[in-house]
Amino acid sequence: MTDLLSLQGLTKAYPGVVANDDVSFTIAEGEIHALLGENGAGKSTLVKMIYGLVKPDSGAMQLFGAPYAPPEPRAARTSGVAMVFQHFSLFEALTVAENVGLGMEDAPPMGQLSREIREVSHAYGLPLDPRRLVGDLSAGERQRVEIVRCLLQDPKLLIMDEPTSVLTPQEVEILFATLNKLKAEGTSILYISHKLEEIRALCDGATVLRRGKVVGSCDPREKSAAELAELMVGEALTPPERAPAAHGEVVLHVAGLTSEHVDAFGTKLQNVGFEIRAGEILGIGGVAGNGQDELLSALSGETIGPEETVRIRGEAVGHLPPNARRLRGMLTAPEERLGHAAAPDMSLTENGILSGWQRQDLTRAGFLRRGAARTFAEEIIEAFDVRTPGPHVAARALSGGNLQKFVIGREILQQPDILVVNQPTWGVDAAAAAAIRQALLDLASKGAAVLVISQDLDELMEVSDNFAALNAGHLSAPRPARGLTMEQIGLMLGGAHDMDVADPAEAHHIKEIYEEGHS
Amino acid sequence: MDISSINWILLLASLMVAATPILLAAIGELVTERAGVLNLGVEGMMITGAICGFAVSVETGSATLGFVAAAIAGAAFSLIFGLLTQFLLSNQVATGLALTLFGLGFSALIGQGYIGIKGLSVPHIHIPVISDIPVLGPILFRHDLMVYVSILLVAATWAVLKYTRAGLILRAVGENHDAAHALGYKVVRIRLMAIAFGGACAGLGGAYLSIVRVPQWTEGMTAGAGWIALALVVFASWKPWRVLIGAYLFGGLTVLQLNLQAAGLKVPVEYLSMSPYLITILVLVIMSSGRSRAALNAPAELGRSFHASS
Repeated sequence: MTDLLSLQGLTKAYPGVVANDDVSFTIAEGEIHALLGENGAGKSTLVKMIYGLVKPDSGAMQLFGAPYAPPEPRAARTSGVAMVFQHFSLFEALTVAENVGLGMEDAPPMGQLSREIREVSHAYGLPLDPRRLVGDLSAGERQRVEIVRCLLQDPKLLIMDEPTSVLTPQEVEILFATLNKLKAEGTSILYISHKLEEIRALCDGATVLRRGKVVGSCDPREKSAAELAELMVGEALTPPERAPAAHGEVVLHVAGLTSEHVDAFGTKLQNVGFEIRAGEILGIGGVAGNGQDELLSALSGETIGPEETVRIRGEAVGHLPPNARRLRGMLTAPEERLGHAAAPDMSLTENGILSGWQRQDLTRAGFLRRGAARTFAEEIIEAFDVRTPGPHVAARALSGGNLQKFVIGREILQQPDILVVNQPTWGVDAAAAAAIRQALLDLASKGAAVLVISQDLDELMEVSDNFAALNAGHLSAPRPARGLTMEQIGLMLGGAHDMDVADPAEAHHIKEIYEEGHS
Repeated sequence: MDISSINWILLLASLMVAATPILLAAIGELVTERAGVLNLGVEGMMITGAICGFAVSVETGSATLGFVAAAIAGAAFSLIFGLLTQFLLSNQVATGLALTLFGLGFSALIGQGYIGIKGLSVPHIHIPVISDIPVLGPILFRHDLMVYVSILLVAATWAVLKYTRAGLILRAVGENHDAAHALGYKVVRIRLMAIAFGGACAGLGGAYLSIVRVPQWTEGMTAGAGWIALALVVFASWKPWRVLIGAYLFGGLTVLQLNLQAAGLKVPVEYLSMSPYLITILVLVIMSSGRSRAALNAPAELGRSFHASS
């Protein structure tokens, strides 16, 4: 095989941090190459340089042996490099065809483009209706739009940034079949992920990044997931542990919860019901945008509804606002750290007051007790190992993982009877994620009821006693998490929605490898 | 009062003339807002266009040159806003308000020598046969050229936004500037062009007042037309043809108010002057009762600053 793309000594520094330090590797023609690393390891910056969004400070790239230095994404696209973004670069108020057209050089007229979209999307098993508004599509379908947009340009190198984080296991299989089909046609793929099993199932070669440096390259099929993880994190991680405990009485009882959507393209909850006992962790999985935000909002009290829909220890609280629910022991930590869970420009002390003023007694006669509030913030920083100069620092200045530890810690230290968290470890590095999961387990073993809403199925399997899936606003009946297979979970999540398989035999083969890795 | 004293044909005929300034300003602001920029300086850009257009037309004796000068002045003035908001990332609302205040003062300053001077008389078109049709002729086909230019501008804006790639890119920038940037579109450059277009249209609208409609220069002569234009864009839920309908509706209210006054109506005219704003508020309430932004059709990034990070 000849080299398609080679990178030599790419370096990019931002004020205060070297995002990429002397990164070199090569991708062969028709190879699926994995770029492996934790959040903040510099993967995104590296692919942005390949795609022409960021200029390297030093170093060189070669495409087909010729020097390659795209000044802007257009130039990258004309050279045959296409990219599927992690946070989709889509326009919700525009149609599928318009979205595809925007990402192409010399897009054909709309009628012809629509026909091409239909043909290509069916050929690769990703059916799409070009006339639909992207805002009405599911996360999986949105990703199809991005992939089809890339495929229409006949790319030589396809960059995929964390493509499976929004897909059900069945959808992942179909995506992998599509990628293998592309590979068979000679397209190289640069596949970015931190999900080790996927990489072992799919990729021919891997480059591991840690803190901006290449720390190793290997054939992922010859390494175990644990070895890869150690390479990626730099230390062996211990999986969280918990003391087995008997579950007590029902603390949180939810029945017949139906709600309006939070934002224009959100999903309404449809008659959601479940109960959690003291000491139990219920995990709710689901692909983003299936009602997670609405569920959190209905439990926190941001959306209020009929009295009987939510009961805390039998007391109907569905009509009560957030503060009243906090007083009764139900605390929540929403997904969005900056702007929802924490006020970005306020200090950690002030952010502590915002949620803890009642339970921690941080006010007197309407005046703030600054000293007590600072002590509270310091306790959180101490107990959850939040790396920050002190409680006077603005929330915005903390890294994602540190702020997440602070936000979760703030709720846990208020000793809730019920804790609801949404995406507790989204975008958090592996060490911090392990600490947060351990804290949730500890809280449950002390007798609190915990509800974890997450898209990370591995995380849910690790912490939950019972598992339920949220799909299009419907919640499945909770089942014991132990012993559930990926396939069962996938079906609970709504299966493959309406995707086709490009090559059924191949999809089956990939599934087997994937299942092997998990069992 | 005597309703029969109102000449309805004349009223309807003057409706199009009364609506043209706000129509021009509103279609420009619509383009600016579709690109995601909220420019509240329409009033300031209009009055700047009004004095520059008037001055040039008086000095050169050519109304066409006056309009050209007004468009250039309006665009140049709007680029002050563009520079402040797009490069220096100042707050769009505050900057827009400042632009209005600045424009009012600036126009008064350069307009000192033009107070009391009589402007040109702009000829009305006369197409044989069509203009002579009874009733319809005087209402629709006996105006000056700018009235028709403004309608053509609405049609062109609609077609460009809906059918061309340039229009698609403009809407994309207003919808999600981060995604547009990731795809390699020059968000700031596109927005500056949209802002300049908005300024040029507002300048034309102002010049229409001072060159055709009044025609002379008085301080503060736009008298809130810029604010009506802003309300109109929202009223039209960012759709070009609805801007046309809304402009004629609001223009009709202005003309009606003058006529009712002349006919000796007992109700204070202030009620009619308020009515465009009241209608806009009402429409906003009705449209937003669906709670969804999609129904409202507002560009998602309206008023948000864009900064290319990393």
